[in-house]
Amino acid sequence: MTGEREGEMLSIPVSAADHAQGPASAKVTLVEYGDYQCPYCRNAYMIVKKIQKEMGKELRFVFRNFPLAQAHPHATHAAIAAEVVGAKGDKAFWSMHDTLYENQHALDDEDVAGYAAAHGVTTGELDAAYAGGAFADRVRADFRGGVRSGVNGTPTFFVNGERYDEDWTDVATFVAALRAAAKA
Amino acid sequence: MATIDSTKARALLAVGTAAPDFTLHSTPDQKVSLSDFKGQPVVLVFYPADWSPVCGDQVALYNEMLDQFAESDAQVLGISVDGVWCHLAFAKDRSLHFPLLADFEPKGEVSRKFGAYHDDLGESSRALFVLDAAGVIRWHHLSPDGVNPGAAGILKALESLTPEQRGSASAGAAS
Repeated sequence: MTGEREGEMLSIPVSAADHAQGPASAKVTLVEYGDYQCPYCRNAYMIVKKIQKEMGKELRFVFRNFPLAQAHPHATHAAIAAEVVGAKGDKAFWSMHDTLYENQHALDDEDVAGYAAAHGVTTGELDAAYAGGAFADRVRADFRGGVRSGVNGTPTFFVNGERYDEDWTDVATFVAALRAAAKA
Repeated sequence: MATIDSTKARALLAVGTAAPDFTLHSTPDQKVSLSDFKGQPVVLVFYPADWSPVCGDQVALYNEMLDQFAESDAQVLGISVDGVWCHLAFAKDRSLHFPLLADFEPKGEVSRKFGAYHDDLGESSRALFVLDAAGVIRWHHLSPDGVNPGAAGILKALESLTPEQRGSASAGAAS
């Protein structure tokens, strides 16, 4: 068989350029490739919150964009908007990230502009970013890097660089896997 | 990744062999032949069924990557035993922008020729082939039915084609 184990490792290492929560010194880093309009990702968002609450400073969590734009027509603009807000700092990024998942039922351009405005970003700034440039490039680069790493749908998780193919919907199972990776 | 149950699937047509030509319906009134794409790489995506969750993810992923495949001048073709009307409804529902071919009558004939058919299930297996511009198989991959193979392997295979295999009119023009 050709390429049996291809694409199961994170091809782009976590760096300072990533949006991260939790200490860089944490023994385990969880990377999610997600789509703001994907219902499974919304579920994952709530699961990750519980995991973070349980693990505290034991865990570093990183979010990267993987918008499936044809399936989810608002996903790309939502991702770009989060990056525009993220330019104001990580705190702003995570606030916008959470806002988008909390309001997944309302993600059209007008809705997203409202959330962005609450974070100090104008509609003009958003429209410019949608048209192209660094923020759109970043979303595209996240997507392409994800494909290289074997992201095959959303959400896809990597635990310390290795794709996590086990059940992520059960908090206890996921926490146990993360703690095992921290000790490995 | 789980191992393949070789008792249930035939051996995939080998790397280095010329892919057999075929003609299948892509819509009720349109047919597509593999030979239509001579001169450019082709990615053949055999999959068990429209609508099943894993297939949905797999074709949705490739659908998002058409610009990336185009950078290698590659054409993606999906093939399953579903009929044309089923393919049409599925493609519309998922906004798919590449052809889905119906290996419907005689059922599974093309999939069998590529060794990508489950006799016991009566479905295509989840098999990928990358063909060069001359129609020679340069890479293949068989996944367990429930595992979405993603696209990393396809991209790597396309990138490892020589300019001639890629069918570049002037070598080095494509990158």
